[in-house]
Amino acid sequence: MTGLPAMTRFAIVLGLLIFGSTGGEIAITYGMKATGEPVRLRPKEVLQFLLRALCNGWFWVGAPLMALAFYALLVLLSWEPISLVIPASALSYVVGTFGAKYVLGEEVSAARWAGVILVCVGVALVAKG
Amino acid sequence: MTHERKLRVKTLFMVSLMVVCANVGDLMLKRGMARIGEVQPTLAGLARVFPLTVSSGSIWIGIIFLSGFMLSYMTVLSWADYSYVMPAGAFGYAVLTLLAVVFLHEAVTPRRWLGVIFICVGVLLVGQTKPRTTAAAAAAVSEAAA
Repeated sequence: MTGLPAMTRFAIVLGLLIFGSTGGEIAITYGMKATGEPVRLRPKEVLQFLLRALCNGWFWVGAPLMALAFYALLVLLSWEPISLVIPASALSYVVGTFGAKYVLGEEVSAARWAGVILVCVGVALVAKG
Repeated sequence: MTHERKLRVKTLFMVSLMVVCANVGDLMLKRGMARIGEVQPTLAGLARVFPLTVSSGSIWIGIIFLSGFMLSYMTVLSWADYSYVMPAGAFGYAVLTLLAVVFLHEAVTPRRWLGVIFICVGVLLVGQTKPRTTAAAAAAVSEAAA
């Protein structure tokens, strides 16, 4: 991948970052919904909640995908300024919202779609510099 | 305080914690990678950089903050929808841009700041919707209220 133009290699690794983070988050969300929320936000109950989460198979699907995303992020940060890398990673909003609607079955209202679109346009402007 | 209002306050608190942890974590990762230098995208390049990343203090501090982010994120996802939490966390992009200017002295053009305003308006729109929409989640709310 060393011979590739800077933009192409950036796009490939960004794709890995988005795939890893979105896939990982959707898998973990699925697992968390099955785990159920802690009754109160107290250390003991949060810890018990986390132990329950660790016993869920979906967590172990999500965790390696998030590790892939993490390493992709480190590589991108070594190449470009953070004010480009982090906003560019927000392209995952498009993928993630579709995932939330069609994989998790969440209802996404018109206002929420508008909000997500505005966020994406903003992120695109930020990325253009 | 009504149950829905309580849920909103609880969600807002956890989302704020997420934003702080994510931004500090990302800034520390950038600091660590700036010291390590450009990664060559080959197996040899990745193998060379891996031990440098696991022995970097800045990257470990970044990981601790990002773990804080994950903890608050996973907790909030247990009661709020993914598509609600995800854009709400986008407010962090505005904070991150400011931090990139202040601490890393990165140049931010007026167009980039316009983008930040778009992000904030988008986040406000997202924040006006109910944090739960799925039937299972709604049932859990009425069960908790009963």
